[in-house]
Amino acid sequence: MGLPLGAALAACGTSGPGTTGGGGQGGSGGAKASYWFLSTEPQEGVRRRTAERFNQANPDGQIEFTTFQNDAFKTKIKTAIGAGEAPTIIWGWGGGGLRSYVQAGQVEDLTSWFDENQAVKDALFPSSFGAATVDGKIYAMPCETMQPIVLYYDKRAFDKIGAQPPESWGDIMDLVPKFNAAGIAPFSLGGQSRWTNMMWLEFLFDRLGGPEVFQAVFDAEKDAWSHPDSIKALTMMQDLIKADGFIKGFSSVTADSNADQALLYTGKAAMMLHGGWTYGSMKQDGGDFVSGGNLGYMNFPPIDGGKGDPGNTVGNPGQYMSISSKATPEQKEIAKKFFATELISDTSAKEWVETGAVPVIKGSEKHFGNSEDADFLNFVVGIANNAQVFQQSWDQALSPTAAEVLLDNIAKLFQLSIGPEDFASNMNAVIGK
Amino acid sequence: MSTFVSVPSRGGRSAAASRVRGNGSLAWLAVPALVVFLIFAVIPLIGVLLLSFTTWDGLGPDISFSGLTSWKSVLSDPGLPHALWVTFLIMALSWLVQTPASILIGVFLAGRQRYRELLAVLYFIPLLLSSAAIAITYKALLDPNFGLGAGLGLDFLVQDWLGEGSLAVGVVIFIVSWQYIPFHSLLYQGGVRQIPRSMYEAAELDGAGRVRQFFSITLPQLKYTIITSSTLMVVGSLTLFDLIFVLTAGGPGDATRVLAVDMYKRGYNANLMGPASAIAVILVLVGLALALFLRRLGGRDSSASQLEGA
Repeated sequence: MGLPLGAALAACGTSGPGTTGGGGQGGSGGAKASYWFLSTEPQEGVRRRTAERFNQANPDGQIEFTTFQNDAFKTKIKTAIGAGEAPTIIWGWGGGGLRSYVQAGQVEDLTSWFDENQAVKDALFPSSFGAATVDGKIYAMPCETMQPIVLYYDKRAFDKIGAQPPESWGDIMDLVPKFNAAGIAPFSLGGQSRWTNMMWLEFLFDRLGGPEVFQAVFDAEKDAWSHPDSIKALTMMQDLIKADGFIKGFSSVTADSNADQALLYTGKAAMMLHGGWTYGSMKQDGGDFVSGGNLGYMNFPPIDGGKGDPGNTVGNPGQYMSISSKATPEQKEIAKKFFATELISDTSAKEWVETGAVPVIKGSEKHFGNSEDADFLNFVVGIANNAQVFQQSWDQALSPTAAEVLLDNIAKLFQLSIGPEDFASNMNAVIGK
Repeated sequence: MSTFVSVPSRGGRSAAASRVRGNGSLAWLAVPALVVFLIFAVIPLIGVLLLSFTTWDGLGPDISFSGLTSWKSVLSDPGLPHALWVTFLIMALSWLVQTPASILIGVFLAGRQRYRELLAVLYFIPLLLSSAAIAITYKALLDPNFGLGAGLGLDFLVQDWLGEGSLAVGVVIFIVSWQYIPFHSLLYQGGVRQIPRSMYEAAELDGAGRVRQFFSITLPQLKYTIITSSTLMVVGSLTLFDLIFVLTAGGPGDATRVLAVDMYKRGYNANLMGPASAIAVILVLVGLALALFLRRLGGRDSSASQLEGA
């Protein structure tokens, strides 16, 4: 069975150059680079159109793309890489996941390519390269958008109870009983996805103890999770849960289905801590919620007596594309050409802006003016510019092994089945792994 | 299969030569099945056993031998007894729910009336759906904010079905039962139809009522069907993965994290193929032990196997 199929493919391959004829330099005809990405709209559309534009401009070096759901993608890409069947372009979040690919020798070192193509490097925000760098070498091309985590709120809910958005953690705790009394859940949360809960801890750790607390974990210092500010942050987290701060049944709500966003725009919940990318999907799915000016947004408020800079943010400094080391030289060339051209083109930047997000491409502000989302975009740029520290999401920063234990323990912490001390000791056990 | 092969050997010692030839050609018939079994069961099993003594992240080509490290980390992890407990809890409870219900429905459907045939077709529908589709559907129906309860305004349905540990286990057992009772009913229906009518006629002459007939004839005659069905249920719930993975992903916390889900999460989320393989070996051993135990219950009289409806 395998033999005839292989022969058929080979036949296809050889017929390619014949038809294109008189080829110029570079990409040999017929070669195709594969590219997998996430399927959630509106981002999916931009990714698809970007690849399609590239294919139109490059008929002899095409990109074939396949889409996946978020959580399915994370598993699929790992399995494919392990089986030596990785796509040419490996899309991801950089950080610890990228590091594990690097250690397995599965992705190309792009350092020299960036040196030769300084223009590409200069076109991108320097802060986006941190999560693309492993041991001083660049293994991924930063792409798409910067996604800080934002505190969203429904202005209608605040009008209903006659309150103002929270300016401190104390305000948040005061708002909880007020919203509950009005029959509105204070916060929406897609708890089954687990990383959604993690965003809360990322902010609490930062506002309370500053970025040093998690940095110590990242630097594999012994018992780093037992830091007093860590224990205090975990305790405050459980206090909010015990006070019914989150929507009933949050542990069974998933973020992949956007149900957590639906809770906010349908008025069932008053606030939601979520990634910048949800602005675009709430605009698309939420009827007149966004266009009618009901959506408010702010950076996470400070905690009284906390050491962290309230300007700091957490989230994804960008998305990342690596090139599989198993790809053929032709495929690698197509991928690099894609990186240097359509991926950072003005049209791509404009399309990302239209989804309500800020591209990692410099100079995107010029597209804000004619966008109806200019306020939100300027807000995101403001956060990115003012942040002393843009902490990468913990589960992306840590190794996959430690990240899984982290997410598992976060789920239990939010279930109240373990306390702060158990959490710290469980997590201390996987520091540096 | 065993009876099939043993038939020619009973044919007497007069034709020893032809017996050998006959056996030889019959043994060849088993080759395709054996090859498939070897490629898709035995070889992967050996692979998993070997992997359980290594350290591998599932990504790169370097698999390094690390002795008992994976086994030590799995056996000393409190997650393992918990996963075993959840697995056996779901196994036992779903058996307790499914078996009586399947027997009753099976006996009912064994009747020859037209309306029962129609009902049998309707009962069979859940079995036609994929587990993933069932899980997604139930997840939507049980959603406390947008689900059936909220939509119809039925307060008793507005529970945190999948967000509270014990409720989530109950939901899993309910859905598994809903999905598989039709299949087991079919086994029992076949089993009941094989019971000779003469037994019931004799019982009626002796004045036994419907209930007495059920307990004294139907149930004892179904012994081997019960064992077959129980083996399928027990081994099936041991490998129950797709439904739980889509429905709760082992959550909330680790309330529904059965062995199979635990194995998957270690292997593919945490990149720990060694410990994941160790759990796979444990799964195989537990499954074999349970299947052997259930066979023992049935006695060793293989000629009685004609009543095994499967």
